[in-house]
Amino acid sequence: MPSSISITAAAAEPELLDLPWHLPLEDWPKENIAALPKGLSRHTVRFAHLNDHVIAIKETLFDLAKREYEMLRKLEKLDIPCVEAFAIIQEREDLDGKPLPAVLITRHLKFSLPYRAMWSQGLREQTANRLVDALALLLVRLHLAGFFWGDVSLSNTLFRRDAGQFAAYLVDAETGHLYDSKLSNGQRENDLEIGRVNIAGELMDLIASGKATDLDPGTVSQRIVDKYRELWKELTETETFDDSERWKIAQRIQRLNDLGFDIQELSMAKDQDKRTVRIQPKVVDAGHHARRLLLVTGLDVEENQARRLLNDIDQYSLANAHLGFDEEVLAHKWLSEVFEPVVGAIPNELLGKLEPAELFHEVLRHRLKLSEVQGSDIALVDAVRSYISDVLAERRDESALLSGSPVTDTISLAESIPTGLIVVSDDETGDWRDKV
Amino acid sequence: MATVSFKNATRIYPGGTKPAVDKLNLEVKDGELLVLVGPSGCGKSTSLRMLAGLEEVNEGGIYIGDREVTDVPPKDRDIAMVFQNYALYPHMTVAENMGFALKIAGVNKDERAERVLQAAKLLDLEPYLNRKPKALSGGQRQRVAMGRAIVRQPQVFLMDEPLSNLDAKLRVQTRTQIASLQRRLGVTTVYVTHDQVEAMTMGDRVAVLKDGLLQQVDTPRNLYDRPQNVFVAGFIGSPAMNLVQLPIIDGGVQFGDAVLPIAREILAKATGSRVTVGVRPEKLSVAPNGLIVDVDVIEELGSDGYLYGRVQLDGAEQNIVVRVHPIDHPMAGDKIHLQADPEAVHVFDAESGERLN
Repeated sequence: MPSSISITAAAAEPELLDLPWHLPLEDWPKENIAALPKGLSRHTVRFAHLNDHVIAIKETLFDLAKREYEMLRKLEKLDIPCVEAFAIIQEREDLDGKPLPAVLITRHLKFSLPYRAMWSQGLREQTANRLVDALALLLVRLHLAGFFWGDVSLSNTLFRRDAGQFAAYLVDAETGHLYDSKLSNGQRENDLEIGRVNIAGELMDLIASGKATDLDPGTVSQRIVDKYRELWKELTETETFDDSERWKIAQRIQRLNDLGFDIQELSMAKDQDKRTVRIQPKVVDAGHHARRLLLVTGLDVEENQARRLLNDIDQYSLANAHLGFDEEVLAHKWLSEVFEPVVGAIPNELLGKLEPAELFHEVLRHRLKLSEVQGSDIALVDAVRSYISDVLAERRDESALLSGSPVTDTISLAESIPTGLIVVSDDETGDWRDKV
Repeated sequence: MATVSFKNATRIYPGGTKPAVDKLNLEVKDGELLVLVGPSGCGKSTSLRMLAGLEEVNEGGIYIGDREVTDVPPKDRDIAMVFQNYALYPHMTVAENMGFALKIAGVNKDERAERVLQAAKLLDLEPYLNRKPKALSGGQRQRVAMGRAIVRQPQVFLMDEPLSNLDAKLRVQTRTQIASLQRRLGVTTVYVTHDQVEAMTMGDRVAVLKDGLLQQVDTPRNLYDRPQNVFVAGFIGSPAMNLVQLPIIDGGVQFGDAVLPIAREILAKATGSRVTVGVRPEKLSVAPNGLIVDVDVIEELGSDGYLYGRVQLDGAEQNIVVRVHPIDHPMAGDKIHLQADPEAVHVFDAESGERLN
C-alpha cells in the first residue's frame, strides 16, 4: 500500500481507506467492483461497494474533481436533484511511487437507472419521451437556480421511476457554472441546443447498437426543446387580464401546482388605466405534491409518486369521512392501515426490486387492472398477493441493478494510446457513406 | 469565413458596479487565430461568451462579417464552440460520429458524405471513417470530436480553455495540433486561455485583458518586444520581465552605482521624477558596476540558467531574475553588479504605467 493519500470527505467512513487506491481504476479487482450499468463517460468510472452502499468513482484531474465536488454540494443545498458528492481523493500513487489521477466519489443513487439500462428491456418511443420530459423538467429547475449545465445529455442524468413517469437527477456537473444572477436567454438556448444534439446522438447510438428500433431520434430530441419551452413559459411568463377576471390568479397558481410547483413569490401589478392586472411568478419551488405528502405522512418520495399517494389518501378520506377525523389524522390512518400493510406484505427478498412508493403505485395499478378484468372491485389484500406472485417476482432488482454486461464503457477523448497500425479487420462492413 | 468585430462591447452584470467587459474594441481578421489572455476575472471568457451569444451585451455591438449578431440567438450565429466535452458514440462509426448532427439538421445525404470526407481528409482520418471509436488511438478520437465541429462549416470557431482538462504533457501536444489544424482550415478562431505561454505559442495575435479592459492586441513578437504598458510587460514572458522604479538623472536613470542611458526626449515625457524601467532576464548581465544584487538561488536548467536575487531600492527589497550561463555563473550568497542592455530597455511612466520609449 502507498504511504499516504489525501481524502476530503463529506462523511467519515474509514472503510474508504481500505479500497485499492494504489491501482488505476481500470485494474481494480472484481471483488471491489459493483457491476452497475452506466452511461458514456469521458473518464474512467467504476462503482464500488462501501459498507452497505455503493459509490461511484471517477478518475479525473484534481482541480476538476474539486470543482465538481463543490458544485454538487452547492446544488444539493439549492435542493436540485443531483447525485451526492461524497469525497475527493488525491496524491494517489501506485506501488512504484508513480502518481495516479485524483478521483471524485459520489454516492450511488439508490433505485436509479441510466438511460441505457431502460433500453436493455426493449425501449419504446413512449419511454424515451418520458425520459426526455424528466430531463426537460430537471433543466428548467437548474436554469431557475442559475445553473448553466454546458453538457445536457441523457448520459449525464440518472432516472428514478416515478409512478409511471421518471424523475431525473443530474450526475455530471463538470462543465457547469452557477451564476448569482439569472441566466441569459442565450445561455438557456445554448443548453437546449446542446441537449437536443446530444440526445439525438445518444438515441442514434442506441439504434446503431440494435437496442432500440422503433424510435425517431430527431423527433424525440426535439421534444426537450418543446417541453422545456412549455414549462418555462408557464413558470415565468407575465400574464395580463382584465380586473374583473381575478379568478385567473387562482387558476395560474392551480396550473403551477398541477405541474408540481409551489409559488413562493408572485408579483402583481395594476396598470395605470386600473383595468388590467399583470401577474408573474417570481420564485417557484418544485415538489408541490412531494412536500404536501411529507407534511401529512412523513413519506419522502418523488413528485408523481406523491401525487398518486395523495390521490389514494383523498379517496380513503372520502370513504372514511363519516368518522369525522381531520385531514392529518386520516392521512395517518391511511399510512398505517393501507400503505404500510401493502409494503409490509412484500417478502424481504423482493424488497430490492422497487422503491416502496413505486411498489405501492404498481399495486394500485395492478388492482385497477384486475378489477377491470373481473368487472368488480378487488380487495387490496388480494391485489397485493396477486401482484407479488405474478408481477414482482418476475422483475429485476433495481435497488442497485446488477447487469451481466461489461462493467463500464469508457470512451476517453484524452487518452494517450500510442498511435500505430490498426488492423484492417477493425473496419465495419460496407461503405461508410451508407451510414453517414 | 468572416471577420469578427467587437464595437464598444460592454457587459455589466446585474448588481455589478464595474463592467466585466468595458467598451471592448477588437477586430479579428478573416482566418486569424486570436487569443484572449489575462488573469482570472479580466473579462476574457465573458468576451468570448458575448460573441457566442451566452452573455448579454449591455452596450455596443458584435459583428460577424458585416452582420450584427448582438441580439441573434447562439445557434443562429454560425459559430461553433469546439472541444466542448464531446462524447463519442461507441456503436457509431467515425463517419457517423462526425456527421450525425448534420443529419438532424436536415442536410442531405450526399452533402453529409461530402462534408465528412472533407473534414476527415483535413484531420487525417480518411482511412478510419468506417471504424468504431474503440479501434482508434486517443489522438484520433480527439480529432473525431474536432470533426464534429468542422463538418458544420461555421464561420467562426470559439474555444474556451479547451486544454484545461488535460495533463501538462498532453496539453503541449494538443495545442500544437490545434494551432496547425486551425491554419490548415483557415477558419477565424477566437481562443481563450489564462496561460500566457499557450497564448504566445498559438496566437497569430494575442489580446491581453485586465479588469475588463483591453490592454494591448498585437503579434506575440510585438507583445514581447514592445509591451504598451507595465501590466503587459509583467504578464507576458516567463520568467517575467524585471520592473523597477528608478530616479531620473542627467543622461538616463540611476542604475545602482552606474547610469543607464535613456534618451532625454523619452524621459521628458515622464510625469514624475522617476520612471519604471523594465528589462527582460536575458537582457541583464553581470558587470563590474551597476545594480547591486544579492544572489539567492541559481537554477540550472541544462541549456540555460536563471539567477534569482534581491536588490535594495529606496530601502525596499525587490526580486530580480537574470538569465545566466548554465555552468559559468555566480553562486548563491554572492553580491554582484548587473548591467542592462540599453537597446532592450523598456521605459514606462511611473504613474500611468504607459510605455514611453
